[in-house]
Amino acid sequence: MMKKPKNTTIYSLIAAALFLAFLYWLDANRLSQGMLISVLQKGAILALVAVSMNLLNGFTGLFSLGQAGFMSIGAYTTAILIIPVKSLDGVYYMNGIHPAIMNLRLLMAKSPPFMQSIYPFIALLLGGIIAALAALIVGFAVLRLKSDYLAIATLGLSEIVRAIFSSPQFDQITNGSYGLNKIPNFPPMLFGLIPSLITPFIITGISVAFIVLLINSSYGRAFKAIREDEIAAEAMGISLYKHKEMSFVISSFFSAVAGGMLAMYMRSIEAKTFSITLTYDILLIVVIGGIGSVTGSVVSAFLVTAAKEWWLRFFDQPLTLFGVHIPLFRTGFRMVIFSILLMVVVLIYRQGLFGTTEFSWAGLAKRLRIKRKPKQEVQ
Amino acid sequence: MSILLSTEHLTMQFGGVVAVDDLNIKIPTGEITALIGPNGAGKTTAFNVITGGYQPTNGRVVFDGAVIAENCPRSKMKRIYNGTYSEPYRETVVNKPDVITRMGLARTFQNIRLFKELTVFENVLIAKHCHIKAGLFGAAFRLNKAEERAMALDAEALLERVGLLESRNEKSSSLPYGKQRRLEIARALATGPRLLLLDEPAAGMNPKETDELSAFIVDIKDSFELTVFLIEHHMNLVMDISDSIYVLDYGKTIAYGTPAEVQNNDRVIQAYLGVEEA
Repeated sequence: MMKKPKNTTIYSLIAAALFLAFLYWLDANRLSQGMLISVLQKGAILALVAVSMNLLNGFTGLFSLGQAGFMSIGAYTTAILIIPVKSLDGVYYMNGIHPAIMNLRLLMAKSPPFMQSIYPFIALLLGGIIAALAALIVGFAVLRLKSDYLAIATLGLSEIVRAIFSSPQFDQITNGSYGLNKIPNFPPMLFGLIPSLITPFIITGISVAFIVLLINSSYGRAFKAIREDEIAAEAMGISLYKHKEMSFVISSFFSAVAGGMLAMYMRSIEAKTFSITLTYDILLIVVIGGIGSVTGSVVSAFLVTAAKEWWLRFFDQPLTLFGVHIPLFRTGFRMVIFSILLMVVVLIYRQGLFGTTEFSWAGLAKRLRIKRKPKQEVQ
Repeated sequence: MSILLSTEHLTMQFGGVVAVDDLNIKIPTGEITALIGPNGAGKTTAFNVITGGYQPTNGRVVFDGAVIAENCPRSKMKRIYNGTYSEPYRETVVNKPDVITRMGLARTFQNIRLFKELTVFENVLIAKHCHIKAGLFGAAFRLNKAEERAMALDAEALLERVGLLESRNEKSSSLPYGKQRRLEIARALATGPRLLLLDEPAAGMNPKETDELSAFIVDIKDSFELTVFLIEHHMNLVMDISDSIYVLDYGKTIAYGTPAEVQNNDRVIQAYLGVEEA
């Protein structure tokens, strides 16, 4: 196989260590760095959904728009399992809670503290598994479809899930249109060694690492073959159905895990949170980052979140410059600027920021060198 | 001489059009059999039926003693069936193309279908995937290192065999046309076939390239112990390397025999070779 200079691994480890150290610093200064923390956490969560969507859209060539539906399965499962028992009556004040869930929660509350500390992770995992099962079942039907038709089918699927979750028939489970609140924040990991602030980054890191390993395995190559040419892939002995189903199930699993984390991040969820606009937000991240680039999706998740939630905030405040009141600066104006920026980015980077290539230190060095050269010529 | 692949009364009808009618071919093990005919004669359709792309309307395909496809006209097709009636094949046997490939029957395409954005090496490596033993998680966590290495080594050996090793890291679509054809054959070989179906392997090649290809086909046939079934329009290639030839016209088999017999067959000259003289 290709020989890589070992330097790159060291660079990557150093970068990861620096980022981790930075996160610990953030944890120590969490009161003063609220905005940065919330942007980074949301970025990490969306990065996981974006990567899982990219696995399906960018690597397997299945244009699916069902991400929000699977996220909501994960979010609701997680929320139902981790809302503190004492708050349950308050959350379900309108319709009451289903006795089965209450009994389960009471049973969970009786288990030893060690078990209590890992329940949130089990909840995330369970949300993922339920979403994966749902994907497996609907995959039988929808994966027969191709391109736009698959997009429409998965879009509908996502809306069906949302409608079910907000329907009065499921009041005692999902709390209908009232949604769920009082969801606890991220749990700490490894007996508090990793503070709760860092948990989403660790979960995203592990999940993305798994997806990358999968993409680079023989199965990942088979996914790419299906993306390139279905007929040729099938003629090469690759079972289309089996591999599409694998990709769909895995993508849904991680979307649901991210959905569970989103519930922990937002502290309260309702069915509307997971409307189709959420899927579009993620599609946007995937397209901006580059369809078929994992690092592209991750970087773009952070950039898009930061731009949308933070960097463009000042456009929302009224602005007076040299005694002149600038008329457009008001609440919501940042979204106009954001949309214009998106158009500019898409026009300049037709293939997204990363295209189909992945981040590499060699590539970064090359870019820096290209940028430096003209300066030397000027001198 | 044992027969590796045979079709019995194979008929393929699309709507009212009978694309292949009552095709009975026998491909002896270790030989090169050609299927020729004017454009639209139904050659590629026959290939697609044999490799599982289409379900036949009537008849049966037998590969190495096992029935891989069988059907008879049913329901609506029974009413509009225009093909030749033959003994009814009661069973319905359907195999997807990937299953048939794994049985040992690999093909190339008339219009090259490489994985364009992937490298030459990846193209061949992907074809090795069909016999993978490791599961999804085993492969993702690299628990199948030995298997992966064997796959990579096999793929490299194949590339070396077809003379493409130096272009292994190039994008497959950037290769010159002749090499793309070779790569497609190498990719088919990577699935470990016993029968290789080549759909117009010399299409778009000049005489020199065609001669090279003829030698190449004979060469791989011998070294990989293959049986070859090919569709081709280049008469030089067909006459040079084929052991026997089937001639199709409007879906019907109009001639069968050795190259010399076919060349002197009046019906073939009328239907096919005669076109040039007219």
